[in-house]
Amino acid sequence: MALSGLDIYKHLPKTNCKECGFPTCLAFAMQLAAKKVDLSKCPRITEAGKAALDSASRPPIKLVSIGKDDQKLEVGNETVMFRHEETFYHPTGLGFLIEDTLTSDEVSQKVSSINKLKFERVGQEIKVDLIALKCASSNKETFVELVKRVSSQTDLGLVLMSDNPEVMKEGLDIVKDRRPLIYAADKDNFEKMAELAKERSLPLAVKAQTLDELAVLVEKITARGVEDLVLDCEDKDLPKKIQELTQVRKLALKKTFRPLGYPTIAITASTCPYQEVTEAASYVAKYASIVIMKGVEPWQVLPILTLRQNIFTDPQKPLQVEAKVYEVGQVSDKSPVLVTTNFSLSYYSVESEVESSRVGAYIIASFAEGLSVLTAWAAEKFTAETIAKTLNECGIKDKVSHKEVIIPGYVAVLSAPLEEESGWKVKVGPKEAAGIPSYLRSLKNS
Amino acid sequence: MAVELIRDKWVNKVNTLKLGSGMEEGGSRSSTLTVGGVSTLPYLFSDGQMPHRPVIAMEILDTKPPDWPKALSEPFNGVLDNPVEWAKKCVNEYKAEVLCLKLQSTHPDFGDASPDKAASTVKAILGAVGVPLIILGSGNDEKDNLVLPKCSEAAKGENCLFGDATQENYKTLTASCLADGHSIIAESPIDINIAKQVNILISDMGFPLEKIAINPTIGALGYGMEYAYSIMERARLAALAGDKMLSMPFICFVGFEAWRAKEAKTPQAEHPEWGPEVERGLMWEVITATSMLLCGADILVMRHPKAISIVNQTIDKLMKK
Repeated sequence: MALSGLDIYKHLPKTNCKECGFPTCLAFAMQLAAKKVDLSKCPRITEAGKAALDSASRPPIKLVSIGKDDQKLEVGNETVMFRHEETFYHPTGLGFLIEDTLTSDEVSQKVSSINKLKFERVGQEIKVDLIALKCASSNKETFVELVKRVSSQTDLGLVLMSDNPEVMKEGLDIVKDRRPLIYAADKDNFEKMAELAKERSLPLAVKAQTLDELAVLVEKITARGVEDLVLDCEDKDLPKKIQELTQVRKLALKKTFRPLGYPTIAITASTCPYQEVTEAASYVAKYASIVIMKGVEPWQVLPILTLRQNIFTDPQKPLQVEAKVYEVGQVSDKSPVLVTTNFSLSYYSVESEVESSRVGAYIIASFAEGLSVLTAWAAEKFTAETIAKTLNECGIKDKVSHKEVIIPGYVAVLSAPLEEESGWKVKVGPKEAAGIPSYLRSLKNS
Repeated sequence: MAVELIRDKWVNKVNTLKLGSGMEEGGSRSSTLTVGGVSTLPYLFSDGQMPHRPVIAMEILDTKPPDWPKALSEPFNGVLDNPVEWAKKCVNEYKAEVLCLKLQSTHPDFGDASPDKAASTVKAILGAVGVPLIILGSGNDEKDNLVLPKCSEAAKGENCLFGDATQENYKTLTASCLADGHSIIAESPIDINIAKQVNILISDMGFPLEKIAINPTIGALGYGMEYAYSIMERARLAALAGDKMLSMPFICFVGFEAWRAKEAKTPQAEHPEWGPEVERGLMWEVITATSMLLCGADILVMRHPKAISIVNQTIDKLMKK
């Protein structure tokens, strides 16, 4: 729960020393509440005051990081139940299960497949985050061998999975510098697991059958000084799991219920490769911070990563591309010129269709604050004036020897005013990007 | 520690909508279905009820689809140019519970078939299969206003779900559906205010709110799906909080959108890193559908029989209380 300026003021020294740059402690408190300054600017804050403000200002869902450097995954610190209320900040970490009962060849093959799961979509790279290594053999040596093998073959973040603290310790000794997630503390092993996590400052997953048991366990573990936790409400039917993930998020956000104020992990239970994908998709949409699945086929993973990209797109800030001239395919000074807005979905839809038409063309992404064609037109961000200005200033005049521009079919009404405004001849293209290849080909043949 | 759970207490529920009429109600359907009636956000059974399972309607066209990729058209080989046989295959072989017939051939650019021809197709399909029918125009307003009244009349008493009524073009269809006892789809362009407005316009003509389904217009996975996702979440929250003008079940045209996506169509040869296109196309439709279920879809209109079977299994799992 956010603190008010007055709540904060109570813990400040009230000396009005002005060293923070504000005239009074109250003024400073107000700025703190608005998160415009940092508490460290106050030179006279007492340790007690600092501790009180730190814990009270902790976000309702703790931010937890797994992995290091380029592969660091940060999960948690969400602020809303629905993306339209603000946005979802930390995309679900997606990981893949490898058990130590596989042969070494099978393991290497699987790791190599997982390493390749990177895709380019609307100008962003979307990729997987974690590999979860599970001791299914109950044998320390085979688990250690798996951890060694996989850690030497991938840079991805790691989750080590065993209920046995002895086995866990051996695994951690190999990869502790990579900040793996320890999975998991339960009611029987939590003392030892908490100790392993504390000694190495590593994140720890906590699992229990019910939310009641989970909350009790979390309190026992935090009392031991381990704070980087990830919660698992264990195997359940899909709707029950969705309900519990929803409750964890809701209790943390609406009641600042500290024992459940942590990111969550969900491990798929489906044995059917198709159902596993719909199960994983359900967890991505419904509040799991980390999802661990078994299937590594691109047809299973690409839809999940795309869903994650969709759900975690900021609804206030649509993805934009740089407003400029793009060259697609083999272009010459005779190539057609198409114009669309700088909304990335619009731009990339046009780009991919131009690409598949095999007709080289220039695409101008006209600046329209990242709105789609019709929305931008309605909001007067994509008008004869703005397009004419773009045509004049983007440098297209030096690239082509003609003065013909193709506009989206939905804004056919702009033809005449744009011709007048720009001096370019305007052609009306198809309404949907899907119509571009046949349009360009017919243009070429005419 | 007993964790005190937070239960949402909603004051309203989504209308129930019946698809099809049996003999006793003046129709000839051998099976009918009911959707909607939910009094909770999707699948949160401790907050309220979902008395009716979401249903999947299988989409058929009255003319051979020119742009379906091979992976999609294969299951229908031999029937794609015969809507009656196509309908029978969907029901008999693929166990479709509802069919959605799109009268594509009536579009001036795709054959310009006459209203009478369309009506006779509707009649023939109603005669050949016993499941409820959703009937869509071609999207050409002028032509739809000639075609759909004929089809409505031809299907009188069958309680079909006709679409789409839009803000600019709703009067003709609303009047026909009212006269012939059908339900109606109200379409809005990913806009909650227009969604509400179309419902108001239709109900102002004396059309019962309980016979309207909302088509919020969706995007495929990766192609603006999240806009529809949020609009549907907002509309459903408003409905549960008491807004009667948004308390209609959602119908989502999943197959139409998903199979236009590049990821669903592109052969592996062009994008080796994407893997085999058959499974990829299926999953594009499946995950688009799953996303819509999670934000409240009541009727999914889908295409590939295998994708439909996968999503039906997912619905079974989601509905397991």
